[in-house]
Amino acid sequence: MADQLEMLEETDKSLSRRKFIKGVIAGGAATYSAGYLFRTGTVRAQSGAAGSVERLITLNVNGQERRVDVMKQETLATTLRYKLGLTGTKMGCDRAECGSCTVLLDGTTHYSCSVLTHSVRGRAVTTIEGLADADGTLHPVQQAVVDGAGFQCAFCAPGFIMSMVAMVDANQSPTRAEAAQALSGNLCRCCDYNKILDCAMSAADYTRGV
Amino acid sequence: MAVIRDTMAEFDLFQPASIDDALALKRRYGKTSWALAGGLDSLDWFKDRIKRPEVVIDLSAVESMRGIRETDDADGVEIGAMTTLTEVAEHAGILSRFGLLADAASKVATPQIRNQGTIGGNVTQDTRCWYYRGGWPCYRAGGNICYADTPTAINREHALFESNRCVAVNPSDTAPALVALDAKFVIMGGGGEKVVDAEDYFITPAKDITRMTILEPGELLTSIRIPGTWAGARFYFEKVRDRQAWDFPLVNIASAMKVSGNTIEDIRLVVNAVGPRPLRLTDVERQLKGQSVTEEVGQAAGELALLGARPLQHNAYKIPLMRNLVKRAIRGTGARA
Repeated sequence: MADQLEMLEETDKSLSRRKFIKGVIAGGAATYSAGYLFRTGTVRAQSGAAGSVERLITLNVNGQERRVDVMKQETLATTLRYKLGLTGTKMGCDRAECGSCTVLLDGTTHYSCSVLTHSVRGRAVTTIEGLADADGTLHPVQQAVVDGAGFQCAFCAPGFIMSMVAMVDANQSPTRAEAAQALSGNLCRCCDYNKILDCAMSAADYTRGV
Repeated sequence: MAVIRDTMAEFDLFQPASIDDALALKRRYGKTSWALAGGLDSLDWFKDRIKRPEVVIDLSAVESMRGIRETDDADGVEIGAMTTLTEVAEHAGILSRFGLLADAASKVATPQIRNQGTIGGNVTQDTRCWYYRGGWPCYRAGGNICYADTPTAINREHALFESNRCVAVNPSDTAPALVALDAKFVIMGGGGEKVVDAEDYFITPAKDITRMTILEPGELLTSIRIPGTWAGARFYFEKVRDRQAWDFPLVNIASAMKVSGNTIEDIRLVVNAVGPRPLRLTDVERQLKGQSVTEEVGQAAGELALLGARPLQHNAYKIPLMRNLVKRAIRGTGARA
């Protein structure tokens, strides 16, 4: 908490809400770590048990090794958003029923709200933040969505885009029906499905270089 | 009921690397432990705080429970229980010999769920009765009432057959396909390995109202073996649901048929989501052997299949639905073999 207060005192008028929230997230993570280091055996002892897990783990997220302090019951969506500050992944239903939290694990789509973070150790996690090149060049799928203005409110967009990326990785020449099948695990409450499918088709075109 | 639905309650987590380690943990923690496969059924229970295990045993690191292998039995395959539904649906050997199972697996939920959900989890998942899943203290939850079988209950998805106090149904798509293929389920426990017929894996409330399968707390379903017996037979799978993604079946049907000329030599016919376990229509199968594949035979089979059905307030539509699915399974729909 102390570092959060310090940060507040240093705050000038230009501090954005986003930066403030990210600061609070970092402060929270520090608090968790302190709890880990100085905890005095309140949790069931695990010594010697095969398969027991540590709280401080390393994740491979968007090609980077990230050290993070993870609770045992924590889902990947929570870790990404609240520990790693990767808020591009959205939380909608938190029940694997909407698709807005879709990320790639080793290249295949998963609902990050319904994956325990501990179970993705050793797997490559890709979120929407990991798609564009370091120089800012958009992924062909992102470019197709920008060009096609595929979404209205776009809350569901990161999830749809991750599904489109998995689709073009597997099949660069999908039919419209195949694209609909590939995106069938994502919902859009604005019901923009036709435009989203248009974007998926042009995403495949862009990927083929057409 | 005030139910916290934001984060899961604390539990201890283990990620054993072998079946032996997983079983040792099951033995040590007994009924307070929970075996986690893909997690898509489990995590919802935990988030709703209706099931609150103290110890979760995540099986995702058990390599020997993953993958699809050929078996010594000609044309047979063995599928590790932790193999994902996507892997099952896309496996060349399963597509060519047991297309029925590939078809069923490809119709589960959504791509994301199939990428994570496992075949073992799909057959072992709990029922979707929303009274039960909503935390109501019903028979299945250890209470002494069924909220789904009262004059005012909403029971559109519930059972026609084999209900006993509880009227919930088995929601699996792959289970009826595996029963139709005469699969064998391999269970590991304190007493070593046990192999049971697929149809004996599932139980009715008359046997145990709090469970859907014969799995005891100290046991794990480790793999599923499909014998070569029905490889390349004439298959039919159809799933009727409200939306073409996510939804569980209102009724589904799986059949495997050996046909010579136009005569049915042998058949296995299984319907799910109409009872607490996949319903194998043995009487219908017996009547069909030696018959021709015709519209009339299909119609008669459909009528016979519904004998003994007991509809509830809101699920009588399942009677003509199931009758027509049986008919279509026998005579085909023309478009699909």
